[in-house]
Amino acid sequence: MALSEFPRLGFDPFVELRRMQSEMNRLFSGFTPTTRDFPPINIWLGDNSVVVTSELPGVTAGDVTINLQEDVLTLEGARRPKQEQDANWQRRERTYGGFSRTVQLPFRVDADKVQARFNNGILEIEAQRLEADRPKKIEIRAG
Amino acid sequence: MAQEVRNVGQQVPQTTESGQRPAPRPVFLPPADVYETRDNIVVLAEMPGVAPEGVDITLERRVLTIRGRNATGDHAGYQRVYSEYADGDYERVFTLSENIDRDRIEATLKDGVLNLVLPKAESARARKIELKAT
Repeated sequence: MALSEFPRLGFDPFVELRRMQSEMNRLFSGFTPTTRDFPPINIWLGDNSVVVTSELPGVTAGDVTINLQEDVLTLEGARRPKQEQDANWQRRERTYGGFSRTVQLPFRVDADKVQARFNNGILEIEAQRLEADRPKKIEIRAG
Repeated sequence: MAQEVRNVGQQVPQTTESGQRPAPRPVFLPPADVYETRDNIVVLAEMPGVAPEGVDITLERRVLTIRGRNATGDHAGYQRVYSEYADGDYERVFTLSENIDRDRIEATLKDGVLNLVLPKAESARARKIELKAT
């Protein structure tokens, strides 16, 4: 109570409130919102290609569908929990269930040249820009 | 049973074998499922981007430490234009309450999920006790 703001009173009437406040802050410090979009996506841009990577731990190639329409890419799938009998759960932090994510790519891509692969739980989709959409250099004719 | 050990606000300086300090990388707490069956304690931890050779698991007395080094680097010739997740390493510490049979611990890494099976030591297993007829 040495730091009391009420020296004349001899006691601090708000000490309990402050203690409660710090207790609440401590309780919620470990709280992270779970409303984050799943799966998280990173987009990498090359000269005429684009790479979309996504963290999908525990998802296999059969569990996810990739759809491409013009420049809109959709990832859909489901994460299934491991079925275990007589299991006594101590901790369940991983989330399960269906997911769907749609991203717009920076340009239209050639649907025939899309490559997708899984690598240690990270999905990587590589797409090439449409030939017709690539920027063209225009020569100026001397007139 | 499997209690988590948190060291809040404590940054451990990391050095490589050569004593050089690597560029700081974020270290994430991997989300984990832990369950107990009659014979085993099973830990499932999500560590996307970690290759099997990047996993380091130690059990010292009852303290289980899981570390994963993310091997996915930058894409050469590509520039990151949009980002929702960062590449980083994973670390998590648990304290186990059961005695573990160290020689039979099995660890597998599949699709970015570490599957750790820790068999309970004979002395720690549940035993059915028969009533003696009097």
